[in-house]
Amino acid sequence: MQAPARRGRAAIARTSIVLWLAFILACGIIISRSRVTTDLSAFLPRSPTPAQQLLLEQIRDGLASRLILVGIEGADASTRASLSKQIASRLRADPAFVSVNNGEPVNAERDRAFLFDHRYLLSPAVTPARFSVSGLHAALSDSIDLLASPAGLLVKSLLPSDPTGEMVQLLEQLNSGARPKMVDGAWASRDGARALMLMQTRASGSDIDAQQRAMAAIREAFDTAPAATPAARLVMTGPGVFSVTSRDTIKSQVGRLAVISVAIIATLLLLVYRSFTALVLGFLPVISGALAGIAAVSLGFGVVHGITLGFGTALIGEAVDYSIYLFVQSEQGGSDQQTWIKRFWPTVRLGVLTSICGFASLLLSDFPGLAQLGLYSIAGLIAAATVTRFVLPHLLPTNFRIHDVSAIGLVLLHLVQRAAALRWAAAILVLAACAVLVLHRGSLWNDKISSLSPVSQADIALDESLRADMGAPDARYLVVVSGASRESVLRSSEQVSTILQTQVDQGELAGFETPSRYLPSIATQRARQASLPPPGVLETRLAQAVRGLPVRAQLFAPFLADVAAARRQPLLQAADLAHTSMAMAVDALLVRQGNHWSALLPLTAPKGAGINANRIRAALSTARATGLPDVLFVDMKAESDRLYSGYLHEAILLSLGGLLAIIVLLLSVLRSPMRVVRIIAPLAAAVITVTAGLAVFGQQLIILHLVGLLLVVAVGSNYALFFDRADHPPTKHLPPREGTMAKPQPIDHSISPRTLASMLFASLTTVAGFGLLSFSSVSILQAMGVTVAPGVILALIYSAIFARQANA
Amino acid sequence: MMILASSSFFSPRVMRHLLVALALVPVVSHAAGWDIDQLMRGLAQIRSDHASFVEKKFIAMLDKPVESSGELFYTAPDYLEKRTIKPKPESMILDHGTLVIERGRQKHELQLQDYPELAAFIDSIRGTLAGDRKALERNYRLTLDGTAEHWTLQLLPLNEKMQAMVKRIRIAGMRDAVRSIEITQSDGDSSVMLIQQLATP
Repeated sequence: MQAPARRGRAAIARTSIVLWLAFILACGIIISRSRVTTDLSAFLPRSPTPAQQLLLEQIRDGLASRLILVGIEGADASTRASLSKQIASRLRADPAFVSVNNGEPVNAERDRAFLFDHRYLLSPAVTPARFSVSGLHAALSDSIDLLASPAGLLVKSLLPSDPTGEMVQLLEQLNSGARPKMVDGAWASRDGARALMLMQTRASGSDIDAQQRAMAAIREAFDTAPAATPAARLVMTGPGVFSVTSRDTIKSQVGRLAVISVAIIATLLLLVYRSFTALVLGFLPVISGALAGIAAVSLGFGVVHGITLGFGTALIGEAVDYSIYLFVQSEQGGSDQQTWIKRFWPTVRLGVLTSICGFASLLLSDFPGLAQLGLYSIAGLIAAATVTRFVLPHLLPTNFRIHDVSAIGLVLLHLVQRAAALRWAAAILVLAACAVLVLHRGSLWNDKISSLSPVSQADIALDESLRADMGAPDARYLVVVSGASRESVLRSSEQVSTILQTQVDQGELAGFETPSRYLPSIATQRARQASLPPPGVLETRLAQAVRGLPVRAQLFAPFLADVAAARRQPLLQAADLAHTSMAMAVDALLVRQGNHWSALLPLTAPKGAGINANRIRAALSTARATGLPDVLFVDMKAESDRLYSGYLHEAILLSLGGLLAIIVLLLSVLRSPMRVVRIIAPLAAAVITVTAGLAVFGQQLIILHLVGLLLVVAVGSNYALFFDRADHPPTKHLPPREGTMAKPQPIDHSISPRTLASMLFASLTTVAGFGLLSFSSVSILQAMGVTVAPGVILALIYSAIFARQANA
Repeated sequence: MMILASSSFFSPRVMRHLLVALALVPVVSHAAGWDIDQLMRGLAQIRSDHASFVEKKFIAMLDKPVESSGELFYTAPDYLEKRTIKPKPESMILDHGTLVIERGRQKHELQLQDYPELAAFIDSIRGTLAGDRKALERNYRLTLDGTAEHWTLQLLPLNEKMQAMVKRIRIAGMRDAVRSIEITQSDGDSSVMLIQQLATP
């Protein structure tokens, strides 16, 4: 009878191991095909409104994302300027760069020719009235006045062909706005201490590899420039640069964190087990869990985020818990694992289910990054627990044993039995924590999206200072005009421009940009063309217009010829702008997504003052009333912060939902509200205390602290359940009915020294794994670390303090 | 938008515009055993000045000269302001090598050292006012005629690029006061600015 049983067990063992190996292999294959990304937009919203979608795409791929600001510091002014020119001339030949600006007039001639040749299509002053007798007379006398001014020489050569001054109009329009000052023929910062360059890459800002190559090309051009000197330093900033440095930071940190945390946990376990076999076997569930987590994320999302991997290394500390429970809680001796499975597995399983309930809520998040963390945790924990339960016992050698930890357990038991004395102190601490939370309730959460950025403060400061030097618009306020065709958005842009120009005239704005300035709509170009009188008519009017002015009509023969040509001139198309400075502006400001076109009109605030958003909005809404439906005034910063805080609130609600699910689960399994309260209470106390601690230390909570708190509940629930289990051995007693709880029966198996020891080791490994994250400079990882590490310890301590004392 | 910074601002046209812009004025003079050094010494003594001007430009395409007028301010050695009142208000300020031009709502600011020809041109006037012979001789050949009472300093550009624009600058004065600046351009057009000293502010 015994033999078949043993054979049966051996067959089960074989099947389990084969299935497990197949599973590991499958995970390996999936992982080998998956892509890792560090694009932080995974931590940006997934399903915003169409307008927000456009903005997000602008952040990821728009012109702004393709700009690299370069500063050259150190050495002397003329060396910096030469370096700037040498780098620029080299990179202008590099197809990776669409443009390289350093103030040198490289496009000036082409730009001038473009403007001059198309002046009658481009100038907003071209109207029928301008070409009437009185209009011509007025324009001519203005031009003659201009001759008398310091600007006279400019208009002198233009006068015969452009007596109405359209070219001057265009130049003045283009010259509005700030620009860096010139030192030795190249852009320099206001204080002159830094040479400035502005480059636009061909690749979008979200193509991090291309951005990295572009940065390398800039660095190489700097290093190999003839004027290169060790005294000069190169600094770079911009969205692409940030992406590259973030990726480097995340990559190096995730790698290092993984190595260090495995080393620490392994050392810890080796000290406890004093057995290499146990150590290696103990890591099997961890590795299985990690592989399962990555494979699941890869299948579910197509890509795996670097942050998820970083988080995964921390989860090692938790996944290793299951094998610790198995090894330490098992009585010494070969077949005792079966006993463990009978006695402890239900408790561990409940712990796993509790964790899953918590993390499942994350799956619902609109934040792809959070959903990834949720999926990773669920898959990882299930795999680790399953392997511990169904595979690991079969792999243990028959004489498997670890160092006896009963001595530690006895000490712990002693402590635990006295822990109840701390109840009052603990209660006061929790109350104090609640008070702290109430005091800080206004500032508890950081709802700025920048809080998620892994970019260091120093890099942000550099970015701000280069931007200020460059006089770059901060691109905070935009008017977005949408439509079904290029023509329709250009027409709407022209209408919006009229409104914005009124605001400029009233001093509410310093200026604004619009693609229609460089590429007017076909309708407007036609109208301008139609304003030009036929040659005979114009000649007659001109003859009348010069009366009383010190010029003869004959002087303007070139004008008559140019106007006649302009009447037949083909209308301007986008392609005509190629190779001018205006092309870049139009590319940046006119965006096509399939059949949807958008024009972006960035606003510049008046010097030393902000933009009164309400006023602009009101002005635009009058326009909307008059048939401009698709005009949107956007405060980029407020908009993205609003998106993020929307997320944060969603995540808070989801977490509360997760908590509710945990309570329902515990209720349905334990069937005793009192027991559920006893289990939840230490966890809630830990969560409250940690949150209050963070508030006291001035850390505002971001969305990842919330994930950390969920983890505290998930991990801590195991401890609470073990303490609870001590009172209610699942196999020996039916769950007590409600009402009988007040008088528990004394039981022989109050929490055992072994169980206590296993919980201590489990919490230590978790603290080691997550504690490391708190040293990370990536704010997302750091947030989880500083929450989980102290939270887990607190959960253990509170569980011990509030545990029902069996023989007390 | 900054992207367009290079489009027009640095074009040769604008440079020329600035050049002309600089038909600035001055003030000052001196007497006794008469040579350039003495003239310069006398001019250098003037620390600040305030004058009115009337400028006539003779332009071939116009039947009659165009006239403008306004005021000039000078503080030694390198602050110079030309404030035109008629026919249209505008101003041009040279301050420590930075040139600011305002006309209507347009405002341009540039560093003279980035525009060598423009700098040379402006230095013809600033250098004369400041009595800075060294600065003048860097770009011009100087000839002095007349007496301390009525002198004429002629500046001929040395540099070819300058010659393409300016043929000759003639500055006339009485003792330590500059009374007129006559600029003849290479294309034959010319301008004459007459200066009348006002009370020093």
